[in-house]
Amino acid sequence: MSRRSLGLNMAGYVIRRLLQVPVTVAIILVITFFLIHAVPGDPAIVIAGAEAHPTEIEAVRQAYGLDQPLGVQFVTYATKILRGDLGTSYTLGRPVARVILDFARPTLLLTASALVVSLLGGILLGFAAARRPASALDKGINGAALLAYSLPGFWVAQLFILYLVLRLGLFPLLGYSEFGTGAPTGVGHLIDVAHHLVLPVTVLALTEVAALTRVVRAGLLEELNQAYVNTARAKGVPPDRVISAHAFRNVLLPVTTLIGTRVGFLVSGAIVVESIFSWPGIGGLVRGAARSNDLPLMLGVLLVISVAVTVTNVVTDLVYGWIDPRVRLG
Amino acid sequence: MMVIRRPLRTKPNDRAARTHRIRANASLCVAGVLLLLLMAAALSSPLLARRPIFDQAHPSLASPSRALPFGTDNFKRDMLPLVVNGVRISMTVVAGVVALSTALGLALGMLAGYRGGVVDRGVVRLGEITQAIPRFLLTLLVAELYGPRLLTLIALLGITSWTLLARVVRAETLSVRSRPFIDAARAAGARTGRIIIAHVLPSVLPQALVIIALTGSRVVLIEAGLAFLGLGDTARPSLGLLVASAQPFLRYAWWLALFPGLALAAVVLSLNLASDGLRRALDPRGREHTGDLGRALSV
Repeated sequence: MSRRSLGLNMAGYVIRRLLQVPVTVAIILVITFFLIHAVPGDPAIVIAGAEAHPTEIEAVRQAYGLDQPLGVQFVTYATKILRGDLGTSYTLGRPVARVILDFARPTLLLTASALVVSLLGGILLGFAAARRPASALDKGINGAALLAYSLPGFWVAQLFILYLVLRLGLFPLLGYSEFGTGAPTGVGHLIDVAHHLVLPVTVLALTEVAALTRVVRAGLLEELNQAYVNTARAKGVPPDRVISAHAFRNVLLPVTTLIGTRVGFLVSGAIVVESIFSWPGIGGLVRGAARSNDLPLMLGVLLVISVAVTVTNVVTDLVYGWIDPRVRLG
Repeated sequence: MMVIRRPLRTKPNDRAARTHRIRANASLCVAGVLLLLLMAAALSSPLLARRPIFDQAHPSLASPSRALPFGTDNFKRDMLPLVVNGVRISMTVVAGVVALSTALGLALGMLAGYRGGVVDRGVVRLGEITQAIPRFLLTLLVAELYGPRLLTLIALLGITSWTLLARVVRAETLSVRSRPFIDAARAAGARTGRIIIAHVLPSVLPQALVIIALTGSRVVLIEAGLAFLGLGDTARPSLGLLVASAQPFLRYAWWLALFPGLALAAVVLSLNLASDGLRRALDPRGREHTGDLGRALSV
């Protein structure tokens, strides 16, 4: 295959994957549009809120073109959303896009930390297990991973609260940082936030560590049966180096796939974990919106999270294609 | 109880294969016993319910004792029948969702794999689109908008949980399609529907079971998570709802959180063990296979 066609193939692959983003966005738009209209009652009232003033309801009717035929309404709705106008939250009285941006930071901090922790933990544990297959350590790690994978996160969180917070007092119970203890800047604040972060991140990362450990272990064991590993061993490469330098590269492939598919779980996990630890992120926002029936806010969160998850999936796929040329050429 | 027998292709003294088989069966045995116990508990709960579950005749927040092994809650209810009843409710939801997603996954997967062409491309696209929908958030939203009705919950989770099964079944069907026995059936004049039901289905079923068990364990956790966020029907306290109601009392009554959570973990663990045991038993090479495992962890 010539260099030129190789480049074209890669471009085609990237374009094919990138095209999935607008398709997904369109699907989600159809779903949210359907949800607005499937709610019993006048959609204008549903969007503006039950206690809205008649003039506000009329304004919503105008803005969304709700007196137009359904097809036209959908186009109006989709254009509004694509321009970044996700509507106004009537409980907070602010643009939904703004609100989501404000609440996204703690959630990003939480999920990103959990991802880093689970990558480190999963790779280390998978490594430790695969070094001596069928040893006590391997069996222990494998069993623990299966168990950890089966535990409901919110329950683990409660057990942590019971023992580590209420009994031993090691960690703060709720929130993002202590309020009223000095200025919210500087190293002290960072340590404070980190201290509040430990338990939510541990709970959120537990399942992911378990999943990654199992994949890294299985991947290493599979690779260690390959001919190139025998070659490396025969050349006298030390056992640990065979794993870390030779086999591990190939294990990165399933790890990348797994991360891509698990981003969605991480987000839904974060919603639950945030609500237990009163972490001021998207989870609390969506629950508040749900309780007060704030439809624009709920749909906005649904839309933003779907897009974020899809984009992450596409990015991991592209990374995969970059690591493994067989994918983009196949 | 399912015991997997494999043809003796390997030498009888092949230790690796033997331990592998034993391990597969050990997982399956533990899973089977756990599942049977949980199902027996779930089925017996209507009997227990004859002694009213919501009988408020006990002291409030009594710690576990011989008479009340799981203690009582803040409504003076005995926690034991509540937990057993919770297992039944959680299992009902899972049974419904799994039935729906299995029917969809098997039908679409076999159809796509057997027919190929436009049908195949259509099913694959539909699967990709369905996968992009965030199940948890969508269910949360719909349950809030329309009220947490059990049927809505089952329907929504069912129609968003079939994609992985369809993918696996499609791949299996593709590999079976060109086998001689299928050709023979076709040559003998069997119709497509009959070939799929009588010949393709039995061949894809073992691999499908691995995914079905996993889907079940995922759905238990999703349902529990939703119930924990307060979407449960308070008249039908599922395990997630029981764990959630324990939250304000953590400081005073640890048993309120411990027992429902343990029951929940037992349900999920038994399904995961069943899937894991099956996956190992079906792997002819007797080794871990990353592709299968990675796929299994992304249900």
